[in-house]
Amino acid sequence: MADLVPLLKAEHLTMRFGGVVANDDITFTLQEMELRCLIGPNGAGKSTFFKMLTGQLVPTSGTIAFRGMPIAGKASHEIARMGIGIKTQVPNVFNGLSVRENIWLAVRRKATPRQQGPAVDAVLEMIRLTDYADSIVATLSHGQRQWVEIGMVLAAEPELILLDEPAAGMTDEETFHTAAIIREINQTRAIVVVEHDMEFIKQIAKRVTVFHQGRVLVEDTVDKVLADSRVRDVYLGKKVAA
Amino acid sequence: MDKRLRLALQAAGIVVAIGVIAIVPSVIELFGLMQLTLFAAMSVLALSLAFIWGYGGILSFGQTAFFGLGGYAYAIAAVNFQDSTPAILLAIVVPALFAAILGYFIFFGRISDVYLGVITLTVTLILFNSVNSTSGDAYKIGKALLGGFNGMPAVPTFNMPFDPSTVLSPEQSWWTTAYVLLAVFLLLRLLLALPAGRVIVAVRENEVRASLLGYDPRLVKCLTFILGGAIAGLAGALYVNWGAFVSPTIFSLSLSAEIIIWITVGGLGTLLGPIIGCVVIEYIVAYIGSQQLLNSNLVLGGVLVVFVLLLPKGIVPTARDLVMRLIPQNKPKTNGPPVQSAAAPHPAGAE
Repeated sequence: MADLVPLLKAEHLTMRFGGVVANDDITFTLQEMELRCLIGPNGAGKSTFFKMLTGQLVPTSGTIAFRGMPIAGKASHEIARMGIGIKTQVPNVFNGLSVRENIWLAVRRKATPRQQGPAVDAVLEMIRLTDYADSIVATLSHGQRQWVEIGMVLAAEPELILLDEPAAGMTDEETFHTAAIIREINQTRAIVVVEHDMEFIKQIAKRVTVFHQGRVLVEDTVDKVLADSRVRDVYLGKKVAA
Repeated sequence: MDKRLRLALQAAGIVVAIGVIAIVPSVIELFGLMQLTLFAAMSVLALSLAFIWGYGGILSFGQTAFFGLGGYAYAIAAVNFQDSTPAILLAIVVPALFAAILGYFIFFGRISDVYLGVITLTVTLILFNSVNSTSGDAYKIGKALLGGFNGMPAVPTFNMPFDPSTVLSPEQSWWTTAYVLLAVFLLLRLLLALPAGRVIVAVRENEVRASLLGYDPRLVKCLTFILGGAIAGLAGALYVNWGAFVSPTIFSLSLSAEIIIWITVGGLGTLLGPIIGCVVIEYIVAYIGSQQLLNSNLVLGGVLVVFVLLLPKGIVPTARDLVMRLIPQNKPKTNGPPVQSAAAPHPAGAE
């Protein structure tokens, strides 16, 4: 039994808020270099799941292991230092600072002072905000702030990247660019993406996990999931009907 | 760009400040000099809160707790040692240690901003009442009688380092106090320009994001709080040196509130503003105190209301915006968007 230790393994993860069960006995495994999409209707527990992975919430019960090391209940900064980066659903950026400084704050944890300048420039290039480097983040558009946050996550060079609705508020062209970046960073890193936009998911997805009412409904390849009648009922059906 | 110009201007400002401080005693008579010495000591106190509130996002309603502890630590040590050198050091170390203990429970206990205000306020009251009830011969630390609400009179003032026989003259006291103010100002400026200072500001901007990048906001805030406590303690020593006297009123809530007014008037998120606010407000208070027409608290309240309504950013940021608007921007922005005035840092209490 020389199984490789998975990059991320969550077992029987449950999160209760008073009487509400946001996550109910979730078991989730992610291999190194994998690209996984999480879908599910609003309130399915996707963001709660991400918050437990990053230490923003302590699970009521269950375990999370990152490369075999338990991380459930650890503080956010400890988990971040182990190599998990997240773009949250609501943009979490340093609004009063410049774009460059935002990226620099992410870069400087790993890079030596000499490497920091070029590393920041490279990230600015990738997120196409070089011209806005000295702008205060609060003055940018919602889409651009999303980019700043994605840039910060990339700049920190985590082993596992969690993206909560990265394409929200972006134009089609920007969404396409995001998909391209995601495929590119997936060459070297594992990524989990929460997204509602089906076109976007078709652009990037290999395996898809569907959350419904705090549980894992189904987990399979993107084609099979999209063909699954239960998924249509809980998620796609509603969307088409709407 | 104009980075060099800005640096040159700052260097020139420092040189001017050094020069002005040096010649003040030869221009102003003794009473005015004593008043300026008091303002300089109070300005150090203003800087301590300006730093932790304006840059660290920590609104302490009880900065006088550290100010008072510094004052008492200095007084008790100075009476015992009859030498101000170790006393000044203790006036920094004791409040810093107290801030470390208090900060540990507040920040590592993940207490919210509102309760931070309540706790710092309460701690100040506890210290006030404790020290207030130390009348009588039983309350003695070494040779120093605490004196309860009467305070401690005849505290030895500053002497030359390790030379208790040479006591500083009022002029020398002014130079010491004013240069300490300048040094604290420059040290904070330097700190804020260093990576550590940028992290402090980042934590103020967004604690969640800072922790998701691997910074520990609890530790950053705790260290910021400790540094603020140490500076306030130093201000306490300077204050006691000015009056050769310390009493429990040093812990008073009205002074705590006044610091917040200095900063609001001068400009939150700057270091120069709170100094200006402190000097202006204290001058007004002293002036009103010398006549019977108006109550100084009434005027202070009025000033605060006027500023909150008309100049919510305070004197320095408003003046900076005006200057920026008057000077034609000669840097050709190619594709960049119009940079609006840097988003004013929001007070932590308002979140």
